[in-house]
Amino acid sequence: MAKVKGAIVVDFEKCKGCEICVVSCPADVIEMTKEVNAKGYHFAYAAKPDDCTGCANCAIVCPDGVITVYKIKIVVEKIA
Amino acid sequence: MAETSSSNDIVREENLVYAKTKVLTDNVMHYCPGCGHGTTHRLVAEVIEELGIQSDTIGVAPVGCSVLMYNYMDIDMQEAAHGRAPALATAIKRLLPEKYVFTYQGDGDLAAIGTSETIHACNRGENFTIIFINNGIYGMTGGQMAPTTLPNMKTSTSPYGRDVKMMGNPLKMTELVATLPGTCFVTRQSVHSPANVRKARKAIKKAFEYQNLKQGISFVEIVSNCSSGWKMTPLQSNEWMVENMFPFYPLGDIKIPEVQVEQKEGDVLHNSLNQIDKDSKQVKY
Repeated sequence: MAKVKGAIVVDFEKCKGCEICVVSCPADVIEMTKEVNAKGYHFAYAAKPDDCTGCANCAIVCPDGVITVYKIKIVVEKIA
Repeated sequence: MAETSSSNDIVREENLVYAKTKVLTDNVMHYCPGCGHGTTHRLVAEVIEELGIQSDTIGVAPVGCSVLMYNYMDIDMQEAAHGRAPALATAIKRLLPEKYVFTYQGDGDLAAIGTSETIHACNRGENFTIIFINNGIYGMTGGQMAPTTLPNMKTSTSPYGRDVKMMGNPLKMTELVATLPGTCFVTRQSVHSPANVRKARKAIKKAFEYQNLKQGISFVEIVSNCSSGWKMTPLQSNEWMVENMFPFYPLGDIKIPEVQVEQKEGDVLHNSLNQIDKDSKQVKY
């Protein structure tokens, strides 16, 4: 059985904190930070990176294109 | 950024699923947080990259919030006078018919001062693409009432709501141009959710491909939010848009070309033309 695992990288200095990625994530991975970037926006980060499936929903709705998505398949061997 | 050791193993070049397209420059966009302009810019850039027409595309920037669009797109662009983008695009396309030409206009540009240029370009059946961002308000100048403002919608120049008896009815440009014989593909999309972004991307791709048909203008309206003009947060404005804008501006294809493109075998560019969107989730990114 293969398990898909993803990871996101947020270019946080360009993030404007609109939170559209937060509601678009089906696995509720993304949250906003309490600290702010140089522009004063709370930026998005992967609060639960282990739940990310690499679906790229967050990246395709991001108006500023700050999210980069990576994905791997982990093959888990079946126990007989 | 807090990252676990396992995610460091995933973040590698060979595992890349999605990154910002190189047709967009690295300049930080000046748009407000959550603005649909940014998403639409990215979709246009992605389509240009996918079709491999970066050096063959000429864009026409409007006047409005997206007036600085040429700073963000790594393609040839020309700034037009207010509302005159279709006239300029007509000239470009007639002089350079082998190039892909598109205009990118807001509702103040396309539906107010540029109504005449838009309607006549559509009626003449020029072969370029119009991308029309409709947020029902003049965003750049401070949220004044636009021709596309909904009835009873509050703006800074209609503080008690748009009174249709005094100020007239909202203008549905997309339905209007669909009735003209010079348009070949007319559709209305939005970019507020992942599914809608995928559909909008498909529509923009088709619009560019239909330029090869030489049957007229392909017109894509994007119903967008304007969180600053509507005085809401980005998420609230998206919800408001779904509740109020979509019933008046319903999404979907309004006109599709009757004659289909001759398919060449293995031609990726034309393969998607004859397929009608059934399941947007199948679009690969």
